[in-house]
Amino acid sequence: MATTLSTRPKQSAGESPRLRPRRRSLLGLNWLGGAAGWLWLVIVMVPIYWIVITSFKTQSNYFSTNPLAPPSSPTLASYRLVIESDFIRYFANSVIVTLGAVIPAVLVSFMAAYAIVRAGRSSRFLRSVNALFLMGLAIPLQATIIPVYLIIIRLQLYDTLLAIILPSIAFAVPLSVLVLSNFIRDVPKELFESMRMDGATEWGTLWHLAFPLTRPALVTVTIYNGLLIWNGFLLPLILTQSPDQRTLPLALWTFQGQYGINVPAVLASVVLTTLPILILYVVGRRQLLSGLTAGFGK
Amino acid sequence: MTALAPPTARVEKNTTSTGGRSGPVVWMALPALAIFTAFGVIPLLGVVFLSFTTWDGIGEVVPSGLTSWRAVLSDPGLPHALYATFLIMFLSWAFQTPLSILIGVFLAGHERYRAVLAVLYFVPLLLSSAAIAIAYKALLDPNFGLGAGLGIDFLVQDWLGEEKLAIGTVIFVVSWQFIPFHSLIYQGGVRQIPTSMYEAAQIDGAGRMRRFFSITLPQLKYTIITSSTLMVVGSLTFFDLIFVLTAGGPGDATRVLALDMYKEGFQASLMGPASAIAVILVLVGLALALILRRIGGGSSGDSQLEGA
Repeated sequence: MATTLSTRPKQSAGESPRLRPRRRSLLGLNWLGGAAGWLWLVIVMVPIYWIVITSFKTQSNYFSTNPLAPPSSPTLASYRLVIESDFIRYFANSVIVTLGAVIPAVLVSFMAAYAIVRAGRSSRFLRSVNALFLMGLAIPLQATIIPVYLIIIRLQLYDTLLAIILPSIAFAVPLSVLVLSNFIRDVPKELFESMRMDGATEWGTLWHLAFPLTRPALVTVTIYNGLLIWNGFLLPLILTQSPDQRTLPLALWTFQGQYGINVPAVLASVVLTTLPILILYVVGRRQLLSGLTAGFGK
Repeated sequence: MTALAPPTARVEKNTTSTGGRSGPVVWMALPALAIFTAFGVIPLLGVVFLSFTTWDGIGEVVPSGLTSWRAVLSDPGLPHALYATFLIMFLSWAFQTPLSILIGVFLAGHERYRAVLAVLYFVPLLLSSAAIAIAYKALLDPNFGLGAGLGIDFLVQDWLGEEKLAIGTVIFVVSWQFIPFHSLIYQGGVRQIPTSMYEAAQIDGAGRMRRFFSITLPQLKYTIITSSTLMVVGSLTFFDLIFVLTAGGPGDATRVLALDMYKEGFQASLMGPASAIAVILVLVGLALALILRRIGGGSSGDSQLEGA
């Protein structure tokens, strides 16, 4: 490459206009990418738009009007119906499960990631632990659902929220440890060293040095796991039974079974379950998007 | 990591014997290890064990040798489930990858409106698979859905009622949900390609197509492998979406392995055979991850994700 660079400039000096459009066209295939980009935006947005406007229609309105026209007289009747169908309880269950799983999952993963990075190559034990977590990434953990079910029954936790929380923590550990240890590794070693000189314990260094410096990664991991657990379907489906213990995705599914024909109500329930996540997304989206691209795009 | 020479003896817990010099930190990994062992490793071993037993999901677990395996391997449902799994895996990969790369390249531009688009793209990822499946079921309804309402004949088809259409619908909905995510991965990948490479190519007179195929694509190699791994291993776990959207139907057209396991175990109460199917699912996942890593060229891929 170096040789081409050194010989060519003279020739190309005469055709400088070609250099004008910089970053924009440099990537190549721009118009095709643009077409795909805009087309996909339409494909993404039309169903979402349809879900939202339909949820404000009355049931008879739904059958009689143009599906893409906004409702002439928007109504909250569907939302009322959904909220009266114990939505608050399912919502609370989902909040308990999500917080109850994500906070411990991120904390234990953070501690493990810290230990793995700090021990480096010096601890064979920690290297095997790390290898174990990496293996966990390659395995579709849903495949272990039957033994998980058996364990939960034996622990007498079946049909409780704790039954969903415990496996959710375990399933979140491998990816969280991987992402967090990648970020802790970026903390300059001198900082650890100077903490040690100041007489800080590892435990103190964990909280006063690593924690603040990896906060962006912690936020990303928290949001990502939160999203997965909030939206989780298989664990609640298998590990709970009674309506009291239903989380939102499961409630959506049973709701759809009950009110299948009442499309506006079904879609209102879809909107309501997504709303909290959407609000969080609006607040923390920069963190999430940059975190994900940094974490995965390496 | 020289910092680990352990003179700071003032560590609260030095309980763990393993780890020698790194004693002070080892205990910090134990909570994560404990919970992952209890609900990850033990179930993984347990599923192998259960595949050699008979259990109805309620009563006692009774060892029964190879009965379950014999039942599963002689059941024509298994090759069919494998076929459906790989078909959906391959088609959804083949559909998502080129589109995700194109959109990723597009999003990598630094114009402001593209950042806005990226924000909008992400919305499908916020919805649960159950919510997406429920919405699409209503949207695609041949009598009352979007197509019927708009009077567009092409859209008025029994999308979930005919085998080929149902598979196509599953792939479309999967893509709808995940293309945004993979586009973002590619966006990150494209942005890491040094601009100087493009400048050099441009000076050499390479056209856009040429630049795309000789710089962008080769430079995205590792991103493509990461994204493909996530797609392929992830597709093994399309349980919720397919379960709610088609429940494996019509007939058994979309009865993929994960669904086969669920139906066998939790609907037919045959936990032994269901565990055998789960073991096959694990093996398929591991094999695919290994193959993709091999393609990716070597062990440096530890930080490349292996699936989520």
